[in-house]
Amino acid sequence: MSHRPDTNAPSVEKTSTGTRRIEVDVLARVEGEGAMRLVLDGDRVEEVELRIFEPPRFFEGLLRGRRFTEAPDVTARICGICPVAYQMSSCHAMEAICGVTVDGPDRPLRELRRLLYCGEWIESHALHIFMLHAPDFLGYESALHMAADHPELVERALRLKQTGNDLMALLGGRAVHPINVRVGGFYRIPDRRDLLALVERLERGRDESLETVRWLAGLDYPDFERPYELVALRHPDEYPMNEGRLVSSAGLDIPVSAFEDHFEETHVERSNALHCRLVERGAYFVGPLARYGLNRDRLSPVAREAADEAGLEPVCRNPFRGILVRAVEMLYAFDEALRILSEYDEPERPFVPVEPASGVGHAITEAPRGILYHRYRIDDEGIIREARIVPPTSQNQETIEDDLREFAGAHLHLPDDRLTWLCEQAIRNYDPCISCATHFLKLEIERK
Amino acid sequence: MNAEGRSGARPRTLVLALGHPDRGDDGAGPAVARRLRARLRERQVIGGSASGRVEIRELPGEATEILAAWEGFERVIVIDAVRSGARAVPGAVHRLATGDVPADWKTSPSSHGLGLGQALALARTLDRLPPALTIYGIESGSFEPGTGLTPSVERAVERVADELAARVVGRPVMV
Repeated sequence: MSHRPDTNAPSVEKTSTGTRRIEVDVLARVEGEGAMRLVLDGDRVEEVELRIFEPPRFFEGLLRGRRFTEAPDVTARICGICPVAYQMSSCHAMEAICGVTVDGPDRPLRELRRLLYCGEWIESHALHIFMLHAPDFLGYESALHMAADHPELVERALRLKQTGNDLMALLGGRAVHPINVRVGGFYRIPDRRDLLALVERLERGRDESLETVRWLAGLDYPDFERPYELVALRHPDEYPMNEGRLVSSAGLDIPVSAFEDHFEETHVERSNALHCRLVERGAYFVGPLARYGLNRDRLSPVAREAADEAGLEPVCRNPFRGILVRAVEMLYAFDEALRILSEYDEPERPFVPVEPASGVGHAITEAPRGILYHRYRIDDEGIIREARIVPPTSQNQETIEDDLREFAGAHLHLPDDRLTWLCEQAIRNYDPCISCATHFLKLEIERK
Repeated sequence: MNAEGRSGARPRTLVLALGHPDRGDDGAGPAVARRLRARLRERQVIGGSASGRVEIRELPGEATEILAAWEGFERVIVIDAVRSGARAVPGAVHRLATGDVPADWKTSPSSHGLGLGQALALARTLDRLPPALTIYGIESGSFEPGTGLTPSVERAVERVADELAARVVGRPVMV
């Protein structure tokens, strides 16, 4: 979908005290686009409000009344960049309800799921690093402007993303809205030769990812840090993707089924998204920095060494360095994909049969942007009665606003256009779905 | 179409339908793809020679995926929902050749990425434009999630699908 430019004339309202309130509305009904409201009073940030228009309860409603087996197909449509995350969370939640674990004798299926997720991390992180965020660090207005001077960077992005997409397509049946994923496993196992045929490109991708980490390590990062509570999965053996307990940097350590006991969603009137907060402590932080900070020891040696070499501290709370952590994760994903393929045992069956059982099930998997929680209630015929989906971007929403309040507040002395650009970059730290709408999330600030 | 019989020759023409079926008129592109396949089946064009000369694909519309999708094709036909301004009538069909598209054509990207306008601009910069490119822009009414196509857009979809079917008839098709 495309349209002609810029109908986003900001509305400016001036109150009797002289406080100026700027609102920039974007196409409110379009998924993933956002709007920013910033109110400045003199040298103080009075209000910061980020509106993210997520594909809200529409999909939860769409799921009700459908068969549990349809959940992976329906939820895959929620996000074009991370369909696998939605499929994985929905499959694991349904399997939890029905008492099925895809492991043990079916461990090869579990590994294939992880391999599929590697493909998604690669394509999502490659897109973010080069096309959405690198232009900010190099001083370009957009990837397009960057491409004119640095075509090799964009060519690299295309290559890396294509490798991730092809891995997803091989396992998922299609890179966009993969159709091969089902509750219990896959409809069809790809041919071993086709899987091994990817090894050369994965090795090249691993090399290029390492170069990318090194390149990013040399860039300038704003000095900015806040005492975030990092929240991610943690697993005994591996860097987390599909499995683990939910842990935090403040000592949280719970099974994923206890998510709702510790996290609450409050509906904020201005946005379709719900603000998700820790019951005891409020805003929290999910995504690559959280995963890395809580699971650095689970990275493969090549990824950990690259992180060390890049000067990444063991726990990083500078959200601007998220781009560097994503590059480390991209490197890890290539490395992990190669490990899985080198140890690949063809599964004996493409899926574990799953009989419906009435009950409630929860799952959390690590989408590229952070933890993605699904909860379902199904009846004894396997019909979905309730569905609840909490995406990572909405979990970060309050944290993003808090960042902006502090970040804007510390830079009010800058010229407006520079401050605007820095604030947009601060939002892109989180790689929210709206970050793709780089020209449509405008932060405009006016002062008295 | 039996892909196994393919000689290995790459299809020369790609029909690339962009959009999101769950978002009202943003589903126009995918709807064209579906109707085109149906039309071609009706005319029994499917299952022609084994080499396959036309491919039909659907994508959400993210720029890097567009560039990857059309690589290697001699001729590319893109179908996308557009909003060209306040006075445009939903269901109007704009036909553009590469040269007609303004260099600074901005798009409203979905959350899925940078959009067709960006894809074109990027392709120009990287010298990755297909040798021949035609764009069908279907003027849209609403992108509300969960709604179907506006009736006038639905009619436009059928017109475009018919026109494309006529263009490819006689050529073997991969669907």
